[in-house]
Amino acid sequence: MAITVRNLTKLYGDEKAVDNISFEVKSGEILGFLGPNGAGKTTTMKIITCYMPPTSGTVTVDDLNIADHSLAVRRKIGYLPELNPLYLDMNVVEYLEYAAQLHGMEKARINHQLKEMIEVCGLHDVRHKDIGELSKGYRQRVGLAQAMIHDPDVLILDEPTSGLDPNQIIEIRNLIRHLGRAKTVILSTHILPEVQATCDRVVIIHEGKIVADGTPNQLQQDFQGSEVLTIELKASASNPMEELFPKIKSHHEVLSADYQPIGDGMHRITVKLNQGNDIREKIFRQAVAEGWVLLEMHRKVTSLEEVFHKLTVTPADDSRKAMETQTL
Amino acid sequence: MTANLNFNNVKPIFLKELRSYFNSAVAYVVIVVFLLIVGWFFTSDLFLMDVASLRMMFEIIPAVFLFVIPAITMRLVSEEKKSGTIELLTTKPLMDAEIIAGKFLAAWALVGIALLPTLLYYITVAVLGSIDNGPVIGGYVGLLLMAGVYVAIGLFASSLTENQVVAFIIGFVFVFALYMLDKILFYLPGWLASAVEFLGIDYHLSNISRGVIDTRDVIYFISALIFSLYLSVLSLQRRSW
Repeated sequence: MAITVRNLTKLYGDEKAVDNISFEVKSGEILGFLGPNGAGKTTTMKIITCYMPPTSGTVTVDDLNIADHSLAVRRKIGYLPELNPLYLDMNVVEYLEYAAQLHGMEKARINHQLKEMIEVCGLHDVRHKDIGELSKGYRQRVGLAQAMIHDPDVLILDEPTSGLDPNQIIEIRNLIRHLGRAKTVILSTHILPEVQATCDRVVIIHEGKIVADGTPNQLQQDFQGSEVLTIELKASASNPMEELFPKIKSHHEVLSADYQPIGDGMHRITVKLNQGNDIREKIFRQAVAEGWVLLEMHRKVTSLEEVFHKLTVTPADDSRKAMETQTL
Repeated sequence: MTANLNFNNVKPIFLKELRSYFNSAVAYVVIVVFLLIVGWFFTSDLFLMDVASLRMMFEIIPAVFLFVIPAITMRLVSEEKKSGTIELLTTKPLMDAEIIAGKFLAAWALVGIALLPTLLYYITVAVLGSIDNGPVIGGYVGLLLMAGVYVAIGLFASSLTENQVVAFIIGFVFVFALYMLDKILFYLPGWLASAVEFLGIDYHLSNISRGVIDTRDVIYFISALIFSLYLSVLSLQRRSW
């Protein structure tokens, strides 16, 4: 059930919410759709789920064009909209039954799927409660159960963990992992660890444009500049810092190095390296061979957070923020 | 658009909306309001004027419809727009016309259910004296058709906004205008009067209420109803922004 998005553009009046984006989701993949609020994630999802038409461009789900086969596409998709809207005056079972009926499912299949969803999503204890009485975590589970009641091949989840506490976030994430195994999933978020924890691939979108596309690890590597190695050593009379430091600096991968004493004969050495170079093993063997007292060694790579920040904060944003704080 | 509605898709929406009328107080309030208002006029006729007649009932119900029906329909679409559930509903494999049909039928059925207890007054009259059944049947058919038009208009009003109060006011203004059309003929030039009279809903109701079910009147009701439902579907589809 691959999803293909080609040259998708959506205008709201004159404003471009989505600007000529193209990407693909392979069958069985969990794609993280990452971007700051208002980047165009929700708009893209609303178009894929056939909620509203694009201004231009095409989307196909399992080779079916959403414009020509809207009903067939909707049958294949399970959708959790942003903010998880629910009928608060219905109880959990009633609501899930209603969702199933709207998918045209037969009675026997509804009963089977209903049991399964209540089991998988852990809704057994609250199944006869009104949705309005449920906590946010339970509501989110009801929303997920609703999205999957017809066992769709494609799941589209718009910020499935927003507004939950950390424990609930982990629960929902595990649930998505568990349920998404056999499905193609697109989930949007502006929380980075979520992507690293759940997704096979990440698309970063900013001001309606795709600014990065790859696995979480790939993105980290592509966008890290130089990496930094911090070493703490204890110098002694036989190994004074003056002798020791040039030996470290002489490794050919080193761009620059510096050190400072931190008391008690201990020194912190900061080594800048070309990207993708890891000389920790060399340093360790050297330390063993020369009898250095190695206290700590720490390699700092660009985190996905920094990648995200680099990609999505433009100078204009900063000045806009400054203006906002002024007006506040 | 209306050609291939699948009733299996309409049914769950119809049942869900009808159930939510009875789960909330709406259904009971509507039924009680009907019984009280109609009962008041009926019994005052009966005891004060010593007349057992349904004439008063058929005259007062269209006026009661004017504010009761927009109240019944005001939340049908607007509430879903406000809470965002419209997005759930419209991304299910349903046609927009099926959604509108389900909601329309539920509200219309509620009006029908609210009319049922008024049969008590008919029975009373039938027991106390002789009654001509033609106008009674015509009266009920006319009321149901009129209710259908009002519900369709109210549903359209509800689809225009996410605010229930605004939906009520728009719906009320529309049905009130339709109701008043044949009462302002006095102010119009003669050549315009007959056309406006034909557009007024009360004119057709009074034709049917005489017990003569004329196709021209039925066509008027049906086409007004379908036109309003069509506008509702268009309004629901207009979510491209």
